[in-house]
Amino acid sequence: MARATDHLVYLPELTERPQPSSKPMRSERRPVIELAGISFRYPDGRKALDNVHLVIGEQEKVALVGPNGAGKSTLLLHLNGILRGEGKVTVMGNELGDGNLGLVRSQVGLVFQNPDDQLFSPTVFEDVAFGPLHMNLADDEVRRRVIWALSEVGMEGFEDRLSHHLSLGEKKRIAIATVLAMQPAILALDEPSGELDPRSRRGLIRLLKALPQTLLVATHDMRLVDELLLRTVILDAGRVVADGPTSDILKDRALLNRHGLESPFGPRPHP
Amino acid sequence: MKVSPIQVLDHYQEGDSLIHRLDPRVKLVLTLALIVVIAALPRGAWLVYLACLLMICLVMGMSRLHPMLVLRRSLVAMPFAFAALSLVFTVPGSALASFTFARWSLSVTVEGTVAFISILAKAWLSVLSATILVATTPFSHLVASMRAFRVPEVLVSVVSFMYRYMYVIADEALRLHRAREARSAAPGSKAGGSLRWRGKVLGGMIGSLFLRSYERSERIYAAMLSRGFDGSIRAMKMEPLRRNDLGTVVAFLACLLALVALVAFQRGP
Repeated sequence: MARATDHLVYLPELTERPQPSSKPMRSERRPVIELAGISFRYPDGRKALDNVHLVIGEQEKVALVGPNGAGKSTLLLHLNGILRGEGKVTVMGNELGDGNLGLVRSQVGLVFQNPDDQLFSPTVFEDVAFGPLHMNLADDEVRRRVIWALSEVGMEGFEDRLSHHLSLGEKKRIAIATVLAMQPAILALDEPSGELDPRSRRGLIRLLKALPQTLLVATHDMRLVDELLLRTVILDAGRVVADGPTSDILKDRALLNRHGLESPFGPRPHP
Repeated sequence: MKVSPIQVLDHYQEGDSLIHRLDPRVKLVLTLALIVVIAALPRGAWLVYLACLLMICLVMGMSRLHPMLVLRRSLVAMPFAFAALSLVFTVPGSALASFTFARWSLSVTVEGTVAFISILAKAWLSVLSATILVATTPFSHLVASMRAFRVPEVLVSVVSFMYRYMYVIADEALRLHRAREARSAAPGSKAGGSLRWRGKVLGGMIGSLFLRSYERSERIYAAMLSRGFDGSIRAMKMEPLRRNDLGTVVAFLACLLALVALVAFQRGP
Protein backbone atom coordinates (compact mmCIF):
# COMPACT_ATOMS: atom_id res chain seq x y z
CA MET A 1 0.00 0.00 0.00
CA ALA A 2 3.02 2.31 0.23
CA ARG A 3 2.69 3.17 -3.41
CA ALA A 4 -0.96 4.10 -3.12
CA THR A 5 -0.43 6.53 -0.27
CA ASP A 6 2.45 8.24 -2.10
CA HIS A 7 -0.10 9.64 -4.47
CA LEU A 8 -2.81 10.61 -2.02
CA VAL A 9 -1.93 14.22 -2.44
CA TYR A 10 -5.29 15.90 -2.39
CA LEU A 11 -7.53 13.59 -0.49
CA PRO A 12 -9.14 16.23 1.71
CA GLU A 13 -9.34 13.92 4.70
CA LEU A 14 -5.56 13.65 4.65
CA THR A 15 -4.56 17.22 3.90
CA GLU A 16 -5.31 19.78 6.53
CA ARG A 17 -4.46 22.87 4.57
CA PRO A 18 -6.79 25.86 4.10
CA GLN A 19 -9.18 25.33 1.22
CA PRO A 20 -9.67 28.01 -1.42
CA SER A 21 -13.15 29.45 -1.83
CA SER A 22 -13.81 27.47 -5.00
CA LYS A 23 -13.64 24.28 -2.99
CA PRO A 24 -17.07 22.64 -2.96
CA MET A 25 -18.25 22.62 0.60
CA ARG A 26 -18.63 18.91 0.96
CA SER A 27 -19.62 18.94 4.57
CA GLU A 28 -22.67 21.11 3.90
CA ARG A 29 -23.83 19.23 0.83
CA ARG A 30 -26.10 16.24 1.07
CA PRO A 31 -24.18 13.30 -0.41
CA VAL A 32 -25.89 11.96 -3.55
CA ILE A 33 -23.30 9.36 -4.51
CA GLU A 34 -21.23 7.38 -2.03
CA LEU A 35 -18.82 4.75 -3.27
CA ALA A 36 -17.29 2.70 -0.48
CA GLY A 37 -14.48 0.31 -1.29
CA ILE A 38 -15.46 -0.44 -4.88
CA SER A 39 -13.25 -3.05 -6.55
CA PHE A 40 -13.91 -4.65 -9.88
CA ARG A 41 -12.17 -7.26 -12.01
CA TYR A 42 -12.94 -7.87 -15.63
CA PRO A 43 -13.72 -11.48 -16.58
CA ASP A 44 -10.17 -11.80 -17.93
CA GLY A 45 -8.83 -11.11 -14.42
CA ARG A 46 -7.56 -7.58 -15.11
CA LYS A 47 -8.24 -5.34 -12.15
CA ALA A 48 -10.18 -2.28 -13.29
CA LEU A 49 -11.06 -0.67 -9.97
CA ASP A 50 -9.16 -1.09 -6.74
CA ASN A 51 -10.85 -0.05 -3.51
CA VAL A 52 -12.35 3.23 -4.71
CA HIS A 53 -13.86 5.58 -2.14
CA LEU A 54 -15.67 8.63 -3.42
CA VAL A 55 -18.41 10.85 -2.02
CA ILE A 56 -20.13 13.38 -4.24
CA GLY A 57 -22.44 16.00 -2.78
CA GLU A 58 -25.60 17.43 -4.24
CA GLN A 59 -25.02 19.67 -7.27
CA GLU A 60 -21.28 19.23 -7.16
CA LYS A 61 -19.52 19.41 -10.53
CA VAL A 62 -16.81 16.78 -10.53
CA ALA A 63 -14.22 15.84 -13.13
CA LEU A 64 -12.99 12.28 -13.34
CA VAL A 65 -9.63 12.28 -15.12
CA GLY A 66 -6.87 9.79 -15.65
CA PRO A 67 -4.96 8.02 -18.41
CA ASN A 68 -6.56 5.59 -20.83
CA GLY A 69 -7.54 2.39 -19.10
CA ALA A 70 -7.51 3.99 -15.64
CA GLY A 71 -11.02 2.71 -14.98
CA LYS A 72 -13.04 5.90 -15.56
CA SER A 73 -15.72 4.31 -17.72
CA THR A 74 -15.84 1.26 -15.47
CA LEU A 75 -16.43 3.53 -12.49
CA LEU A 76 -19.30 5.30 -14.25
CA LEU A 77 -20.91 1.94 -15.04
CA HIS A 78 -20.95 1.19 -11.33
CA LEU A 79 -23.02 4.26 -10.50
CA ASN A 80 -26.23 2.71 -11.79
CA GLY A 81 -25.47 -0.94 -11.32
CA ILE A 82 -24.63 -1.90 -14.91
CA LEU A 83 -21.45 -3.35 -13.42
CA ARG A 84 -21.53 -4.62 -9.86
CA GLY A 85 -18.21 -5.16 -8.17
CA GLU A 86 -17.25 -5.53 -4.54
CA GLY A 87 -18.08 -2.67 -2.23
CA LYS A 88 -21.06 -0.49 -1.55
CA VAL A 89 -22.70 2.03 -3.89
CA THR A 90 -25.20 4.40 -2.32
CA VAL A 91 -27.23 6.75 -4.51
CA MET A 92 -29.47 9.43 -2.96
CA GLY A 93 -29.32 7.55 0.33
CA ASN A 94 -30.34 4.18 -1.12
CA GLU A 95 -27.84 1.38 -1.18
CA LEU A 96 -27.79 -0.11 -4.66
CA GLY A 97 -29.24 -3.61 -4.69
CA ASP A 98 -31.35 -5.87 -6.88
CA GLY A 99 -34.53 -4.29 -5.59
CA ASN A 100 -33.88 -0.69 -6.56
CA LEU A 101 -31.98 -0.86 -9.86
CA GLY A 102 -34.93 0.76 -11.65
CA LEU A 103 -35.09 3.63 -9.17
CA VAL A 104 -31.34 4.23 -9.21
CA ARG A 105 -31.23 4.17 -13.01
CA SER A 106 -33.84 6.90 -13.11
CA GLN A 107 -31.76 8.97 -10.68
CA VAL A 108 -28.40 8.59 -12.40
CA GLY A 109 -28.42 9.57 -16.06
CA LEU A 110 -25.49 7.85 -17.75
CA VAL A 111 -24.37 9.23 -21.12
CA PHE A 112 -22.08 6.89 -23.04
CA GLN A 113 -18.99 7.99 -24.88
CA ASN A 114 -20.15 6.94 -28.33
CA PRO A 115 -23.55 8.42 -29.19
CA ASP A 116 -24.09 5.61 -31.70
CA ASP A 117 -24.36 3.31 -28.69
CA GLN A 118 -26.60 5.69 -26.80
CA LEU A 119 -28.96 6.38 -29.69
CA PHE A 120 -30.31 2.99 -30.68
CA SER A 121 -33.77 3.86 -31.99
CA PRO A 122 -34.59 4.76 -35.58
CA THR A 123 -35.78 8.29 -34.74
CA VAL A 124 -34.72 10.95 -32.25
CA PHE A 125 -38.19 11.01 -30.70
CA GLU A 126 -38.19 7.30 -29.92
CA ASP A 127 -34.74 7.53 -28.41
CA VAL A 128 -35.57 10.39 -26.07
CA ALA A 129 -38.88 8.72 -25.20
CA PHE A 130 -37.21 5.39 -24.33
CA GLY A 131 -36.25 6.32 -20.75
CA PRO A 132 -39.56 8.01 -19.82
CA LEU A 133 -41.57 5.12 -21.33
CA HIS A 134 -39.66 2.65 -19.19
CA MET A 135 -40.44 4.77 -16.14
CA ASN A 136 -44.11 3.92 -16.83
CA LEU A 137 -45.09 7.52 -17.52
CA ALA A 138 -48.29 8.25 -19.42
CA ASP A 139 -47.98 8.92 -23.15
CA ASP A 140 -48.80 12.63 -22.78
CA GLU A 141 -46.16 13.10 -20.10
CA VAL A 142 -43.62 11.21 -22.25
CA ARG A 143 -44.37 13.50 -25.17
CA ARG A 144 -44.05 16.58 -22.95
CA ARG A 145 -40.71 15.39 -21.58
CA VAL A 146 -39.29 14.63 -25.01
CA ILE A 147 -40.09 18.14 -26.19
CA TRP A 148 -38.71 19.64 -22.99
CA ALA A 149 -35.49 17.59 -23.03
CA LEU A 150 -34.80 18.42 -26.68
CA SER A 151 -35.30 22.12 -26.01
CA GLU A 152 -32.94 21.89 -23.00
CA VAL A 153 -30.13 20.76 -25.32
CA GLY A 154 -31.11 23.17 -28.09
CA MET A 155 -32.38 20.49 -30.46
CA GLU A 156 -36.05 21.42 -30.68
CA GLY A 157 -37.79 20.21 -33.80
CA PHE A 158 -35.46 17.22 -34.25
CA GLU A 159 -38.11 14.71 -33.12
CA ASP A 160 -38.64 13.04 -36.48
CA ARG A 161 -35.02 13.06 -37.60
CA LEU A 162 -33.22 9.78 -38.13
CA SER A 163 -30.32 9.23 -35.75
CA HIS A 164 -27.97 8.10 -38.51
CA HIS A 165 -28.40 11.38 -40.37
CA LEU A 166 -27.22 13.58 -37.50
CA SER A 167 -23.80 15.17 -37.08
CA LEU A 168 -21.63 14.08 -34.16
CA GLY A 169 -22.33 17.32 -32.26
CA GLU A 170 -26.07 16.84 -32.71
CA LYS A 171 -25.82 13.21 -31.64
CA LYS A 172 -23.92 14.16 -28.47
CA ARG A 173 -26.56 16.72 -27.53
CA ILE A 174 -29.40 14.33 -28.20
CA ALA A 175 -27.62 11.63 -26.19
CA ILE A 176 -27.73 14.05 -23.24
CA ALA A 177 -31.43 14.73 -23.93
CA THR A 178 -32.17 11.00 -23.74
CA VAL A 179 -31.20 11.00 -20.08
CA LEU A 180 -32.45 14.53 -19.24
CA ALA A 181 -35.92 13.33 -20.24
CA MET A 182 -35.77 11.00 -17.25
CA GLN A 183 -35.09 14.05 -15.04
CA PRO A 184 -32.24 12.45 -13.11
CA ALA A 185 -30.65 14.15 -10.12
CA ILE A 186 -27.18 13.09 -11.25
CA LEU A 187 -25.61 13.15 -14.69
CA ALA A 188 -22.61 10.96 -15.41
CA LEU A 189 -21.01 11.73 -18.75
CA ASP A 190 -18.27 9.75 -20.44
CA GLU A 191 -16.00 11.89 -22.64
CA PRO A 192 -18.73 14.37 -23.66
CA SER A 193 -16.45 16.64 -25.69
CA GLY A 194 -14.35 13.93 -27.38
CA GLU A 195 -13.95 14.25 -31.16
CA LEU A 196 -16.02 17.42 -31.33
CA ASP A 197 -14.94 20.36 -33.44
CA PRO A 198 -14.23 23.55 -31.46
CA ARG A 199 -17.59 25.16 -32.15
CA SER A 200 -19.60 22.09 -31.12
CA ARG A 201 -17.34 21.71 -28.11
CA ARG A 202 -17.99 25.28 -26.98
CA GLY A 203 -21.72 24.77 -27.44
CA LEU A 204 -21.56 21.60 -25.39
CA ILE A 205 -19.67 23.29 -22.55
CA ARG A 206 -22.27 26.08 -22.51
CA LEU A 207 -24.99 23.45 -22.37
CA LEU A 208 -23.37 21.56 -19.49
CA LYS A 209 -22.76 24.81 -17.58
CA ALA A 210 -26.47 25.54 -17.60
CA LEU A 211 -27.53 22.15 -16.22
CA PRO A 212 -28.56 22.17 -12.56
CA GLN A 213 -27.79 18.48 -11.93
CA THR A 214 -24.92 16.99 -10.02
CA LEU A 215 -22.28 16.33 -12.68
CA LEU A 216 -19.62 13.65 -12.87
CA VAL A 217 -17.67 13.96 -16.10
CA ALA A 218 -15.03 11.45 -17.19
CA THR A 219 -12.79 13.25 -19.66
CA HIS A 220 -9.35 13.97 -21.08
CA ASP A 221 -10.33 17.51 -21.96
CA MET A 222 -8.48 19.45 -19.29
CA ARG A 223 -9.72 22.80 -20.58
CA LEU A 224 -13.27 21.60 -20.12
CA VAL A 225 -12.35 20.53 -16.59
CA ASP A 226 -10.89 23.95 -15.87
CA GLU A 227 -13.92 25.79 -17.17
CA LEU A 228 -16.75 23.66 -15.93
CA LEU A 229 -15.88 21.47 -13.00
CA LEU A 230 -14.87 22.73 -9.58
CA ARG A 231 -13.63 19.45 -8.19
CA THR A 232 -11.27 16.96 -9.82
CA VAL A 233 -10.69 13.31 -9.05
CA ILE A 234 -7.68 11.60 -10.63
CA LEU A 235 -8.00 7.90 -11.23
CA ASP A 236 -4.97 5.82 -12.17
CA ALA A 237 -4.77 2.05 -12.44
CA GLY A 238 -8.17 1.75 -10.79
CA ARG A 239 -7.26 3.85 -7.75
CA VAL A 240 -8.25 7.35 -6.70
CA VAL A 241 -4.84 9.05 -6.51
CA ALA A 242 -5.96 12.63 -5.99
CA ASP A 243 -9.18 14.39 -5.13
CA GLY A 244 -9.50 18.11 -4.59
CA PRO A 245 -10.33 21.52 -6.00
CA THR A 246 -9.69 21.69 -9.73
CA SER A 247 -7.80 24.96 -9.34
CA ASP A 248 -5.21 23.28 -7.11
CA ILE A 249 -4.90 20.07 -9.07
CA LEU A 250 -4.44 21.77 -12.42
CA LYS A 251 -1.59 23.83 -10.97
CA ASP A 252 0.31 20.74 -9.82
CA ARG A 253 2.11 19.85 -13.02
CA ALA A 254 4.17 17.14 -11.36
CA LEU A 255 1.05 15.34 -10.21
CA LEU A 256 -0.60 15.66 -13.62
CA ASN A 257 2.54 14.45 -15.36
CA ARG A 258 2.87 11.49 -13.10
CA HIS A 259 -0.57 10.30 -14.17
CA GLY A 260 -0.27 10.86 -17.89
CA LEU A 261 -2.22 14.12 -17.87
CA GLU A 262 -1.30 17.65 -18.78
CA SER A 263 -2.14 21.06 -17.51
CA PRO A 264 -4.38 23.16 -19.72
CA PHE A 265 -2.17 26.17 -19.00
CA GLY A 266 0.85 26.64 -21.24
CA PRO A 267 3.46 24.10 -22.36
CA ARG A 268 4.31 20.96 -20.43
CA PRO A 269 7.38 21.18 -18.18
CA HIS A 270 8.99 18.06 -19.66
CA PRO A 271 8.45 18.06 -23.39
CA MET B 1 -14.48 9.41 -52.29
CA LYS B 2 -16.37 6.21 -52.44
CA VAL B 3 -19.61 6.24 -50.51
CA SER B 4 -21.04 2.99 -49.33
CA PRO B 5 -24.06 2.12 -51.48
CA ILE B 6 -26.21 1.64 -48.43
CA GLN B 7 -26.07 5.36 -47.63
CA VAL B 8 -27.72 6.17 -50.92
CA LEU B 9 -30.45 3.67 -50.25
CA ASP B 10 -32.54 5.61 -47.82
CA HIS B 11 -35.93 4.45 -48.77
CA TYR B 12 -38.33 7.03 -47.44
CA GLN B 13 -39.04 9.88 -49.84
CA GLU B 14 -40.20 13.02 -48.07
CA GLY B 15 -43.49 14.10 -49.53
CA ASP B 16 -47.00 15.26 -48.90
CA SER B 17 -49.54 13.22 -50.77
CA LEU B 18 -52.68 11.23 -50.13
CA ILE B 19 -50.56 8.12 -49.81
CA HIS B 20 -47.97 9.73 -47.54
CA ARG B 21 -50.72 10.91 -45.20
CA LEU B 22 -52.45 7.55 -45.01
CA ASP B 23 -52.12 5.76 -41.67
CA PRO B 24 -49.07 3.45 -41.81
CA ARG B 25 -51.07 0.52 -40.40
CA VAL B 26 -53.51 0.83 -43.32
CA LYS B 27 -50.66 0.98 -45.82
CA LEU B 28 -48.90 -2.01 -44.31
CA VAL B 29 -51.93 -4.25 -44.15
CA LEU B 30 -53.22 -3.30 -47.60
CA THR B 31 -49.82 -3.84 -49.20
CA LEU B 32 -49.60 -7.26 -47.59
CA ALA B 33 -53.14 -8.08 -48.78
CA LEU B 34 -52.23 -7.03 -52.31
CA ILE B 35 -49.07 -9.15 -52.26
CA VAL B 36 -51.01 -12.19 -51.03
CA VAL B 37 -53.58 -11.74 -53.81
CA ILE B 38 -50.83 -11.32 -56.40
CA ALA B 39 -49.11 -14.47 -55.16
CA ALA B 40 -52.36 -16.40 -55.47
CA LEU B 41 -53.15 -15.27 -59.04
CA PRO B 42 -53.09 -18.14 -61.56
CA ARG B 43 -50.37 -18.47 -64.17
CA GLY B 44 -50.82 -16.70 -67.43
CA ALA B 45 -53.70 -14.47 -66.30
CA TRP B 46 -52.16 -11.61 -68.26
CA LEU B 47 -55.23 -9.40 -68.19
CA VAL B 48 -55.44 -9.63 -64.40
CA TYR B 49 -51.71 -8.82 -64.10
CA LEU B 50 -52.33 -5.77 -66.26
CA ALA B 51 -55.26 -4.70 -64.07
CA CYS B 52 -53.00 -5.12 -61.05
CA LEU B 53 -50.29 -3.01 -62.64
CA LEU B 54 -52.84 -0.29 -63.44
CA MET B 55 -53.98 -0.32 -59.84
CA ILE B 56 -50.42 0.01 -58.57
CA CYS B 57 -49.72 2.79 -61.08
CA LEU B 58 -52.80 4.61 -59.85
CA VAL B 59 -51.49 4.47 -56.26
CA MET B 60 -48.05 5.55 -57.49
CA GLY B 61 -49.67 8.50 -59.26
CA MET B 62 -51.46 9.49 -56.07
CA SER B 63 -48.22 9.21 -54.10
CA ARG B 64 -46.49 11.68 -56.47
CA LEU B 65 -43.38 9.54 -56.42
CA HIS B 66 -41.17 9.78 -59.46
CA PRO B 67 -42.04 6.76 -61.67
CA MET B 68 -38.39 6.25 -62.64
CA LEU B 69 -37.36 6.09 -59.00
CA VAL B 70 -39.97 3.47 -58.23
CA LEU B 71 -39.06 1.51 -61.35
CA ARG B 72 -35.35 1.57 -60.57
CA ARG B 73 -35.86 0.40 -57.00
CA SER B 74 -38.35 -2.29 -58.01
CA LEU B 75 -35.77 -3.87 -60.29
CA VAL B 76 -33.31 -4.40 -57.44
CA ALA B 77 -35.04 -7.57 -56.32
CA MET B 78 -35.59 -8.98 -59.78
CA PRO B 79 -32.41 -11.05 -60.09
CA PHE B 80 -33.82 -13.29 -57.36
CA ALA B 81 -36.83 -14.11 -59.53
CA PHE B 82 -34.46 -15.67 -62.06
CA ALA B 83 -34.09 -18.54 -59.64
CA ALA B 84 -37.32 -19.73 -61.25
CA LEU B 85 -35.63 -20.02 -64.66
CA SER B 86 -35.43 -23.80 -64.37
CA LEU B 87 -39.22 -23.93 -64.76
CA VAL B 88 -38.74 -23.26 -68.46
CA PHE B 89 -37.26 -26.75 -68.82
CA THR B 90 -38.90 -28.70 -66.04
CA VAL B 91 -42.62 -28.03 -66.53
CA PRO B 92 -43.88 -30.74 -68.87
CA GLY B 93 -45.78 -29.66 -71.99
CA SER B 94 -45.45 -29.02 -75.69
CA ALA B 95 -41.89 -28.29 -76.72
CA LEU B 96 -41.01 -24.87 -78.02
CA ALA B 97 -37.37 -25.64 -78.74
CA SER B 98 -34.96 -28.45 -77.91
CA PHE B 99 -31.25 -28.52 -77.24
CA THR B 100 -29.13 -31.63 -77.30
CA PHE B 101 -25.78 -31.97 -75.56
CA ALA B 102 -24.25 -35.37 -76.08
CA ARG B 103 -26.73 -37.81 -74.57
CA TRP B 104 -28.76 -35.13 -72.78
CA SER B 105 -31.59 -33.24 -74.30
CA LEU B 106 -33.34 -30.23 -72.88
CA SER B 107 -36.55 -28.81 -74.19
CA VAL B 108 -38.12 -25.48 -73.51
CA THR B 109 -41.88 -25.96 -73.08
CA VAL B 110 -44.68 -23.50 -73.72
CA GLU B 111 -46.17 -24.20 -70.29
CA GLY B 112 -42.78 -23.75 -68.63
CA THR B 113 -42.23 -20.42 -70.33
CA VAL B 114 -45.68 -19.21 -69.29
CA ALA B 115 -44.98 -20.28 -65.71
CA PHE B 116 -41.63 -18.51 -65.66
CA ILE B 117 -42.92 -15.25 -67.12
CA SER B 118 -45.87 -15.35 -64.71
CA ILE B 119 -43.50 -15.65 -61.76
CA LEU B 120 -41.38 -12.79 -63.05
CA ALA B 121 -44.47 -10.63 -63.51
CA LYS B 122 -45.90 -11.50 -60.09
CA ALA B 123 -42.59 -10.94 -58.34
CA TRP B 124 -42.19 -7.58 -60.02
CA LEU B 125 -45.73 -6.47 -59.11
CA SER B 126 -45.15 -7.48 -55.48
CA VAL B 127 -41.82 -5.66 -55.25
CA LEU B 128 -43.39 -2.66 -56.93
CA SER B 129 -46.09 -2.38 -54.28
CA ALA B 130 -43.58 -2.90 -51.45
CA THR B 131 -41.37 -0.20 -53.01
CA ILE B 132 -44.23 2.28 -52.92
CA LEU B 133 -44.97 1.34 -49.30
CA VAL B 134 -41.44 1.98 -48.05
CA ALA B 135 -41.01 5.11 -50.16
CA THR B 136 -44.10 6.76 -48.69
CA THR B 137 -43.82 5.57 -45.08
CA PRO B 138 -41.04 6.48 -42.63
CA PHE B 139 -39.39 3.30 -41.45
CA SER B 140 -40.13 3.99 -37.79
CA HIS B 141 -43.85 4.16 -38.64
CA LEU B 142 -43.64 0.73 -40.27
CA VAL B 143 -41.99 -0.63 -37.15
CA ALA B 144 -44.69 0.96 -34.99
CA SER B 145 -47.38 -0.58 -37.21
CA MET B 146 -45.82 -4.00 -36.82
CA ARG B 147 -46.03 -3.51 -33.06
CA ALA B 148 -49.65 -2.38 -33.36
CA PHE B 149 -50.44 -5.64 -35.18
CA ARG B 150 -48.79 -7.61 -32.37
CA VAL B 151 -45.97 -8.96 -34.49
CA PRO B 152 -43.70 -10.73 -31.96
CA GLU B 153 -41.52 -8.14 -30.23
CA VAL B 154 -38.29 -10.01 -30.94
CA LEU B 155 -38.90 -9.72 -34.68
CA VAL B 156 -39.88 -6.07 -34.44
CA SER B 157 -36.79 -5.25 -32.38
CA VAL B 158 -34.51 -7.08 -34.79
CA VAL B 159 -35.96 -5.11 -37.71
CA SER B 160 -35.68 -1.85 -35.80
CA PHE B 161 -32.07 -2.37 -34.67
CA MET B 162 -31.09 -3.62 -38.11
CA TYR B 163 -32.36 -0.42 -39.66
CA ARG B 164 -30.54 1.72 -37.11
CA TYR B 165 -27.20 -0.10 -37.21
CA MET B 166 -27.07 -1.10 -40.87
CA TYR B 167 -25.59 2.32 -41.55
CA VAL B 168 -23.19 2.25 -38.63
CA ILE B 169 -21.85 -1.17 -39.60
CA ALA B 170 -21.66 -0.19 -43.27
CA ASP B 171 -19.57 2.81 -42.24
CA GLU B 172 -17.30 0.57 -40.23
CA ALA B 173 -16.91 -1.77 -43.21
CA LEU B 174 -16.09 1.21 -45.39
CA ARG B 175 -13.38 2.35 -42.97
CA LEU B 176 -11.86 -1.12 -42.89
CA HIS B 177 -11.95 -1.21 -46.67
CA ARG B 178 -10.18 2.14 -46.90
CA ALA B 179 -7.56 1.01 -44.43
CA ARG B 180 -6.90 -2.01 -46.62
CA GLU B 181 -6.72 0.10 -49.78
CA ALA B 182 -4.34 2.50 -48.10
CA ARG B 183 -1.94 -0.30 -47.22
CA SER B 184 -2.15 -2.33 -50.39
CA ALA B 185 0.39 -0.43 -52.41
CA ALA B 186 2.73 -2.72 -54.31
CA PRO B 187 5.02 -0.63 -56.50
CA GLY B 188 5.22 -1.90 -60.04
CA SER B 189 2.29 -4.27 -59.88
CA LYS B 190 -1.44 -3.95 -60.10
CA ALA B 191 -2.90 -2.13 -57.11
CA GLY B 192 -4.82 -4.23 -54.65
CA GLY B 193 -2.54 -7.22 -54.20
CA SER B 194 -3.06 -10.81 -55.27
CA LEU B 195 -6.43 -12.48 -55.17
CA ARG B 196 -5.24 -14.83 -52.46
CA TRP B 197 -4.00 -11.96 -50.31
CA ARG B 198 -7.21 -10.02 -50.81
CA GLY B 199 -9.23 -13.05 -49.84
CA LYS B 200 -7.24 -13.42 -46.66
CA VAL B 201 -7.69 -9.75 -45.81
CA LEU B 202 -11.41 -9.94 -46.56
CA GLY B 203 -11.77 -12.83 -44.13
CA GLY B 204 -10.04 -10.77 -41.46
CA MET B 205 -12.29 -7.82 -42.21
CA ILE B 206 -15.44 -9.89 -41.84
CA GLY B 207 -14.19 -11.32 -38.56
CA SER B 208 -13.28 -7.93 -37.19
CA LEU B 209 -16.63 -6.47 -38.30
CA PHE B 210 -18.37 -9.25 -36.43
CA LEU B 211 -16.33 -8.64 -33.28
CA ARG B 212 -16.91 -4.91 -33.42
CA SER B 213 -20.62 -5.40 -33.88
CA TYR B 214 -20.70 -7.87 -31.01
CA GLU B 215 -18.91 -5.47 -28.70
CA ARG B 216 -21.16 -2.65 -29.84
CA SER B 217 -24.21 -4.74 -29.00
CA GLU B 218 -22.96 -5.04 -25.42
CA ARG B 219 -22.52 -1.30 -25.13
CA ILE B 220 -25.98 -0.70 -26.60
CA TYR B 221 -27.45 -3.14 -24.13
CA ALA B 222 -25.75 -1.28 -21.28
CA ALA B 223 -27.17 1.99 -22.64
CA MET B 224 -30.63 0.42 -22.73
CA LEU B 225 -30.30 -0.88 -19.18
CA SER B 226 -29.18 2.56 -18.04
CA ARG B 227 -32.46 3.98 -19.23
CA GLY B 228 -34.56 1.48 -17.38
CA PHE B 229 -34.84 -1.34 -19.94
CA ASP B 230 -36.18 -4.42 -18.20
CA GLY B 231 -36.57 -6.85 -21.10
CA SER B 232 -39.71 -5.46 -22.63
CA ILE B 233 -39.61 -2.72 -25.21
CA ARG B 234 -42.31 -0.15 -24.64
CA ALA B 235 -43.77 2.06 -27.29
CA MET B 236 -46.37 4.77 -27.35
CA LYS B 237 -49.86 3.99 -28.50
CA MET B 238 -50.61 4.99 -32.06
CA GLU B 239 -53.39 7.42 -32.79
CA PRO B 240 -56.77 5.89 -33.63
CA LEU B 241 -57.61 5.41 -37.31
CA ARG B 242 -59.33 8.30 -38.99
CA ARG B 243 -62.51 8.07 -41.01
CA ASN B 244 -60.82 8.50 -44.39
CA ASP B 245 -58.25 5.80 -43.50
CA LEU B 246 -61.14 3.39 -43.07
CA GLY B 247 -62.62 4.65 -46.35
CA THR B 248 -59.34 3.79 -48.06
CA VAL B 249 -59.40 0.30 -46.61
CA VAL B 250 -62.92 -0.29 -47.98
CA ALA B 251 -62.09 1.14 -51.43
CA PHE B 252 -58.86 -0.85 -51.72
CA LEU B 253 -60.43 -4.11 -50.60
CA ALA B 254 -63.19 -3.54 -53.18
CA CYS B 255 -60.48 -3.22 -55.86
CA LEU B 256 -58.87 -6.47 -54.68
CA LEU B 257 -62.25 -8.22 -54.84
CA ALA B 258 -62.71 -6.88 -58.36
CA LEU B 259 -59.30 -8.42 -59.25
CA VAL B 260 -60.37 -11.79 -57.89
CA ALA B 261 -63.69 -11.51 -59.75
CA LEU B 262 -61.79 -10.78 -62.93
CA VAL B 263 -59.87 -14.04 -62.47
CA ALA B 264 -63.12 -15.95 -62.04
CA PHE B 265 -64.63 -14.23 -65.09
CA GLN B 266 -61.58 -15.06 -67.24
CA ARG B 267 -61.77 -18.72 -66.35
CA GLY B 268 -65.35 -18.72 -67.64
CA PRO B 269 -68.26 -20.74 -66.38
